[in-house]
Amino acid sequence: MSDMASAETAAQHAAGELGEEIIRPESPLGMTGETPQQRDGAVTIYEKSKPGRRAFFTPASEVPEVPLSDLIPGQFLRSNPAKLPEVSEPELVRHYTRISKRNFDLDSGFYPLGSCTMKHNPRLHERVAALPGNSRLHPLQADDHAQGALELMWNLQEALGEIAGLPHVSLQPSAGSHGELAGVLLTKAYHEDRGDKRTKVLTPDTAHGTNPATVTMCGYEVVKVGTNPDGGVDLDDLRAKADDQVACLMLTNPNTLGVFDGNIEEIASIVHGVGATLYYDGANLNAVMGISRPGDMGFDIVHFNLHKSFTQPHGGGGPGAGPIAVSERIEPYITRPQVIREEAEAGDQPRFVLDYDRPKSIGRLRGFQGNYGVFVRSYAYIRSLGAEGLRQASELAVLNANYLLARLKEEGVAEYLPVAFDRLCMHEFVLSGAPMKKELGIRTLDLAKRLLDHGYHPPTVYFPLLVEEALLIEPTETETKETLDLFADAVADILREAANDPTIAQSAPYSTPVRRLDEAAAAKTPVVRQPL
Amino acid sequence: MSSYTAATEQDIEEMLAAIGCESIDDLFEAIPDGVRFKGALDLPAGKPEQEVYAEFAALAARNTSADDEVSFLGAGMYDHYIPSLIDALLTRAEFLTPYTPYQPEVSQGGLQVMFEYQTAMSELTGLPVSNASLYEGPSAVGAAAYLAKLANGRPRHLVSRGVHPHSRETLQTLAVGYGTTVEEIPLKDGITDIEALKEMMGDDVGVVILQQPNFLGSVEDIRSLTAVAKEHDALVVASCDPIPLGILEPPGEMGVDVAVGEGQTLGNRLDFGGPSFGFFAAAQEHIRRMPGRIAGETRDVDGRRGWVLTLQTREQHIRREKATSNICTAQALNALAGVVYLGWLGKKGLVELGELLVRRTAYARDQLNQIEGVTALHDQPVVREFAVQLDAPVEEVIRICQDKGVNPGYAIGRDYPEFPNGLLVALTERRDKAQIDLLAKVLGEAVAQARVETGATA
Repeated sequence: MSDMASAETAAQHAAGELGEEIIRPESPLGMTGETPQQRDGAVTIYEKSKPGRRAFFTPASEVPEVPLSDLIPGQFLRSNPAKLPEVSEPELVRHYTRISKRNFDLDSGFYPLGSCTMKHNPRLHERVAALPGNSRLHPLQADDHAQGALELMWNLQEALGEIAGLPHVSLQPSAGSHGELAGVLLTKAYHEDRGDKRTKVLTPDTAHGTNPATVTMCGYEVVKVGTNPDGGVDLDDLRAKADDQVACLMLTNPNTLGVFDGNIEEIASIVHGVGATLYYDGANLNAVMGISRPGDMGFDIVHFNLHKSFTQPHGGGGPGAGPIAVSERIEPYITRPQVIREEAEAGDQPRFVLDYDRPKSIGRLRGFQGNYGVFVRSYAYIRSLGAEGLRQASELAVLNANYLLARLKEEGVAEYLPVAFDRLCMHEFVLSGAPMKKELGIRTLDLAKRLLDHGYHPPTVYFPLLVEEALLIEPTETETKETLDLFADAVADILREAANDPTIAQSAPYSTPVRRLDEAAAAKTPVVRQPL
Repeated sequence: MSSYTAATEQDIEEMLAAIGCESIDDLFEAIPDGVRFKGALDLPAGKPEQEVYAEFAALAARNTSADDEVSFLGAGMYDHYIPSLIDALLTRAEFLTPYTPYQPEVSQGGLQVMFEYQTAMSELTGLPVSNASLYEGPSAVGAAAYLAKLANGRPRHLVSRGVHPHSRETLQTLAVGYGTTVEEIPLKDGITDIEALKEMMGDDVGVVILQQPNFLGSVEDIRSLTAVAKEHDALVVASCDPIPLGILEPPGEMGVDVAVGEGQTLGNRLDFGGPSFGFFAAAQEHIRRMPGRIAGETRDVDGRRGWVLTLQTREQHIRREKATSNICTAQALNALAGVVYLGWLGKKGLVELGELLVRRTAYARDQLNQIEGVTALHDQPVVREFAVQLDAPVEEVIRICQDKGVNPGYAIGRDYPEFPNGLLVALTERRDKAQIDLLAKVLGEAVAQARVETGATA
């Protein structure tokens, strides 16, 4: 990789020594197989449209060609067609292939985005999800004609329940945030069924933003709980705020600081002591699979992010799935329908059915049975790894994180990017860029943008909020030691470069399809569709 | 078996030495003994790829897919043909494996797709702003009701009984959370009863929620229903099937505030119900209340055109408990399928497809209504789906038909007890005339057989 070369070029550019051509050095990403003209002319599919071109050819109707207005009254019909593009099939393929190359992707490079668990996406999963028996199965097919799918869902429910240490699972929620919504609604149903109207939900100040946003959508007031010097929940603050108006505490363990809260048993006892439920945000489950189970920690409701720990590809921002596991006392309220197994007479196979008869259920959160295609992929992952493989995945995720942390604690880095909580981390860790900003004059954002020139996707930045200039790094178990070493070297290089000339990082990136974009202008006068 | 990891024993030793630990177990010292999981998870042992494949192929073979029978099942998801180029594009690593576009400099592909998608949905719905997609249809209906709650805070939400039962149930589930009441506007002759709506309306109604075409297949008079709601300044939400929007008047041109719907019909597989996407488009005044991701056009420091996630001050990672929604992602890959599909159909193709569906559906409806023991459930205009009533137990009729390789449709009795033997029949361009004729024949025989078996009258 030509790190030094590109850094030199950038330095010269910053000093105004080079002409236009060299401002755009060859990309280490291989992302700029585009001429400067192409890069300037990001062209949309609408701009390639030409009347008369087409890709789709309509089948002959074979039935009487009745005028449309004889079948649907004219007042209901559209007077002008939607201005969709008119393009040929080859153009369509070339357009989307070409713009795809303007994305950084996990298959091409290291993606240590904290709390997102960017682990390898096995392609076996795409193959089994695409089997016609899965991909071409209608969601309203009769149970007896969908036994394979229902059995798979039931098996996944069982496996997730075992991993969580909780007896019942609903696969329905479609994302982590959707699982949270299910969890808080379940909490509400549980309390109200007992005639107990509660008004507040506690969330730590380190919580992911979806936690408080969900609480509001469920009609509760958010009460923040402080963090202790070790990065865990401040127990005194929790005791002060836990009262009989508290419906639930939402917690992630390990939390968004990468810290396992060793007081979890005490926390559970305080929360249960006031009759509240304990909710586990499963965003960080990748640290503890087979090592510690949320159910055993005292959690009543857990959501899983199947697109994190269980390898559903992120798809550039969806789809995912956010199943929940719950304790016995929450089970009566779980979403419907549920897949259940009916034991058979001797010699026959058991039968799997969708059970709608759940009178205390909170109801549905979406259509049909959930993101089945995601279930297929995640269950294929669980079947490939088994208990031992899952535990090994978590162990190596934590090993990789601690190793990368150790490398980033070396001289030349640690003085500028100290770890926020100096102890062994779990599967991710937080550095603070505050000294870097003060000493070198570059911000965490600048470091992140300069990492792009080195061919890396940057870590999560400016989260968690309570660490100044935060950098949240999660390498995952599927990366090699060599990759982690190169990444640590790149961070050290950037800091050395900044000590010499901070303007390089401040103006980075240089090698990407576009450079820093004006987000303020985009928000001030939003252009959210193309005028046609 | 494999955990898709690469660490060798030597790597592990070197890494532990660098960390200053003796064993991997030491890394977990922060986990107290009381919550350490002892022993092994009770899961089957892992196995190699080829064995996992075989297990999944055997499971899939136990399902009756739309390849295995002539299927007229619809009721929210439809068996349209998905062009092969969609498979090719969606499995490209550059689309399949990135996260949400947090770093726009290296996410221009995904962001441009969102922008193109938003443009297409805006065109289809006739509304100026679309987000980059939501989870799926019924939850998008719920998100639209929450927007109404944020916009006017009124306590009563009215939903037509013609709205998909899953959407109505989702609305009810969510309304318990944010504290509105959901009341149902009855149907009359297969469409929303406008006189009943007039009686139910008041200044405390925050939103009226409709579906186009409705669950029974009928084209609703959205313009007239919207006018009634607007007399009381309520918002109107229309949940739409996007394919018929190619020929039907767009909701935005009839005063509808928010158009949402299930996006599966746009290039997404059936997948036993998901993943697909939900779309969400709204009038300009609601742009800062919209849920979900939105891509916007801008320029980079060198003046080049580019796209970013915009209006993020609505969102949970900035606004936390004051966010307009807890949703933090889209269904980007599924929405990509949607915009590629619309590009494949093109401006003319979408209209031609809609016209084809109307004609074939009219033909199928005529054929079925001539069958002894089958009567029309309503006479409203339809696009791709219609409802009939059988003079025989519908579940038994479906069973007999399926034994003959035809799935005649969806039994609506669970959702509409007033039509205990109602059958909802859906078409796509994949169901040709010969298959429609086969349906008529097989359904006729099945109804006759079931009537004999049960001593006629159901």
